[in-house]
Amino acid sequence: MLFKLTLRNIRQSLRDYAIYFFTLIVGVSVFYLFNAIETQTSYLRVTADTRDMIKRLNQILAGTSVFVAVVLGLLIVYASRFLMKRRNREFALYLTLGMSKGGISLLLLCETLVIGAGSLFVGLLIGIGLSQISSSFVASLFEADMSKYHFTVSGGAIIKTLIYFGMMYFVVMFFNTVMIGKRKLIDLMNAGKRSEKLRAANPAVCAVMFLISAAALAFAYYFVGWRTRGLEPKDILIFIVIGCVSTYFLFRSVSGMLLRVFMSSKKLYFRGLNAFTFRQLSSKVGTMVFSLTLICLMLFVTICSLCGAFTIRNSMNENLEKCCPADYQIGMGVVMYNKSTKERVYQTIDAEAKLREAGIDPDKYFESSCICHMLCDTDYTASVYYGQHLDEVVKATGESKDIEYLGDAYGEMTENVISLSDYNALMKLFGLPGQSLADDEYFELCNIEQQTDLRNIPLEHGQEITVFGHKLKPKYDKCIEGTVELSSIPYNYGITVIPDSAADLDCTKEYILTANYNTDDKEKIAEYDDILTNDDLHENLIGDDEPEDGQIEKEYATVYRITRQMLAQANIGTKALVTFLGLYIGIVFLITCGAILALRSLSDCADSLSRYDMLRKIGADERDITGSLFIQTALFFAFPLILALIHSVFGMKFAFFFLDQLGTTSMLSSTLLTGGIVLLIFGGYFVITYLTSRVMIKNER
Amino acid sequence: MELLKIEHIEKYYGSRSSLTKAIDDISLKVESGEFTAIMGASGSGKTTLLNVISTIDGVTAGKIMLEDTDITALKGKELNKFRRDKLGFIFQDFNLLDTLTAYENIALALSIKKEPAAQIEERINEVAAQLEITDVLQKYPYQMSGGQKQRVASARAIVTSPKLILADEPTGALDSKSSKLLLERFGYLNKECGATILMVTHDSFTASYASRVIFIKDGKVFNELSRGDNTRKQFFDRIIDVVTLLGGDLSDAL
Repeated sequence: MLFKLTLRNIRQSLRDYAIYFFTLIVGVSVFYLFNAIETQTSYLRVTADTRDMIKRLNQILAGTSVFVAVVLGLLIVYASRFLMKRRNREFALYLTLGMSKGGISLLLLCETLVIGAGSLFVGLLIGIGLSQISSSFVASLFEADMSKYHFTVSGGAIIKTLIYFGMMYFVVMFFNTVMIGKRKLIDLMNAGKRSEKLRAANPAVCAVMFLISAAALAFAYYFVGWRTRGLEPKDILIFIVIGCVSTYFLFRSVSGMLLRVFMSSKKLYFRGLNAFTFRQLSSKVGTMVFSLTLICLMLFVTICSLCGAFTIRNSMNENLEKCCPADYQIGMGVVMYNKSTKERVYQTIDAEAKLREAGIDPDKYFESSCICHMLCDTDYTASVYYGQHLDEVVKATGESKDIEYLGDAYGEMTENVISLSDYNALMKLFGLPGQSLADDEYFELCNIEQQTDLRNIPLEHGQEITVFGHKLKPKYDKCIEGTVELSSIPYNYGITVIPDSAADLDCTKEYILTANYNTDDKEKIAEYDDILTNDDLHENLIGDDEPEDGQIEKEYATVYRITRQMLAQANIGTKALVTFLGLYIGIVFLITCGAILALRSLSDCADSLSRYDMLRKIGADERDITGSLFIQTALFFAFPLILALIHSVFGMKFAFFFLDQLGTTSMLSSTLLTGGIVLLIFGGYFVITYLTSRVMIKNER
Repeated sequence: MELLKIEHIEKYYGSRSSLTKAIDDISLKVESGEFTAIMGASGSGKTTLLNVISTIDGVTAGKIMLEDTDITALKGKELNKFRRDKLGFIFQDFNLLDTLTAYENIALALSIKKEPAAQIEERINEVAAQLEITDVLQKYPYQMSGGQKQRVASARAIVTSPKLILADEPTGALDSKSSKLLLERFGYLNKECGATILMVTHDSFTASYASRVIFIKDGKVFNELSRGDNTRKQFFDRIIDVVTLLGGDLSDAL
């Protein structure tokens, strides 16, 4: 009997429960999907390094799952309590018919069980289905070949999903029982009747509140967006708190003023059903200021994390292409210091010969190669480069604590120099156009955006420099974007390119051999990499050039090897991690926001059915009525989204300050992708809500 | 002038095996400027009659003419337009929108008709004076008494100057004092403003304010009384006589 009643209840309130059920299913399948990544990745053929990264990634995802479970748990408790409240009169009926409170609790328990089991079953099915599709996506993220298609079902993920969601449903049951036990019959019976008290907000207070919170937001925006450099973690925390609090008060004041703003235009207010529409909307907004604040902040986090993740991913890919235009690079350099003469002695190194000595025949591996001499003139320092502009530059770099660090020391740092013919040879290898210089000209090479801005200052003023005793003037008033060292992110802080006539190759602090492999085959490249970056090789290369007498000591010795594959591999983990985290948190937050708004909209619609009926009785057009419903739903969904978008603009500006150092490129594609995901999920909830409520008010005829 | 003409309408519910004749061949006429009451016990078919006149429900057979339009032939959008332009409704449970003030509730009837906002205020003040609700215009329904709510609902019904005002048990939820006040206002609207009112009630006291009473029993017209030169009290006594004749439930409703 109890079970029969349970099923009938669920079927009866399917309309109310549809969105709830839908959200549970999405939640379960997303949860499964991200926890099943571990199983999926085990089928991938990847290198040992990547395997390690995958392991770490899965650990992080598992940790995030706990957080996600808490968020989903709160959503489920909120939603079920909300749905319970709507059924108070039904419970009152049971009580008056003689059912005990225990009986009702048992009834609710059965309902939760049925819904829970149903949603878990359907959600897991969908999750398993989706994970088959997503496995190719996972493979592409790890840049691994999907050699064979595997039908994967992750038992671990299923068990984990069952445990986590079982716990959530248990909490729901607990809350329901407590709630029923506490309520008195009379309260339950009168639950539907209470007329909503309209909080008569004082417009003047609202206006002041609005101005203050808008000003506080603008203040926080300004510091976070434009004064980023000087911020400490403590400051950032303060601004986050300011942001949250002022978001709340902004919603509160707007909800109080909204109606008055509309009412101030009689023409607008008394046109068609506008008066009704605005009243409905403002009562809806007015009673859930806190929820709207939460939703707005969650949307903000979602947009930022999605957009940030995609931007990091894109710029890593683009950067690698731009900053690593060759397959292999080896740099060697030894500089001695003669104590008695107080002079630097640069050791001459033949990089190619060194390789041969180590048992590697360059011709076997390289299709093309070149050697670039990184020169050093101890008299050519940053203060020479910047000249009279040094102070200006130091000031520009430091609206911050960096001043001390850069201030004096910066001027004494030795600049890096290469000769034009080395530069042109390297560019030929990179497949880029070369340059030409007159005997009294130089140009500057740099690829870090912020650094480029600083380095442009003396160039714009035609600042002359002296290198190896030659006076040179800038050929261009801007830096040329480019690099000598291979890297995965822009890493060139500035290299001066001088004519061959001015270059002194005796002062070479590093010999850099850059090469392209003679193969495109992935496995062969991996093999080459192994050989050319072998650890034993390291010993052979640097050798034991210990100074012969006590007067000379080693000041500086370096050897480094970079391969394109190495840089790419190092990126994979970060890229996969940010992508997964961004998507995971983003999707869960989006469904949470969508579900809260949808539930609220639908229940309001159910409460207002008689109102729509009445509008029809006094002759309102069907089109006007659905139009009013559309405006209500759309504005209700748009309200938190708009503020979240504004937040995001500044949030992203803040994030980009840091991303810039990674060498952020265009963010158009990531913005579009983020917009697409938000539109798909959030917009999907909006469309479902609107269509469902339209059916609801039509049925009532 | 003849405003409403009902010719041999029938309304059946249910299937062939269990047929309920809610209205079984009713014909009647309402003149322009008349205040007509329709009386009958629960289940006599009076509410069904009102529903088919107000186009909320359709008829099984017969014709209903309002002026020159056969309203049984109207469909969809035409129905809404007809209801909006020609009819005014007053319901037993007021049917005011609880989220709007009295003023806005009345204004809604006009704004639905796409009346220019500038004329709305003038019209509302006029009907508010007629129904003596000027001082509650800025209040919400939950701040008003039942009588005030029903007068606001009446104001909403007449503000669009409809051809016919339909009232379904307008005093059903009111105490006797409020009822009297409301009915006096109806009389005023009828006499001074020339409004045509068709009111359904089962209460003899309420019916006695009308100029004509039509009695319905089991879906048929049972009797008809005209007030003529009678005082309201005399008319009331005559109604009671008919009600006694009708017997049954209606006698409880004295």
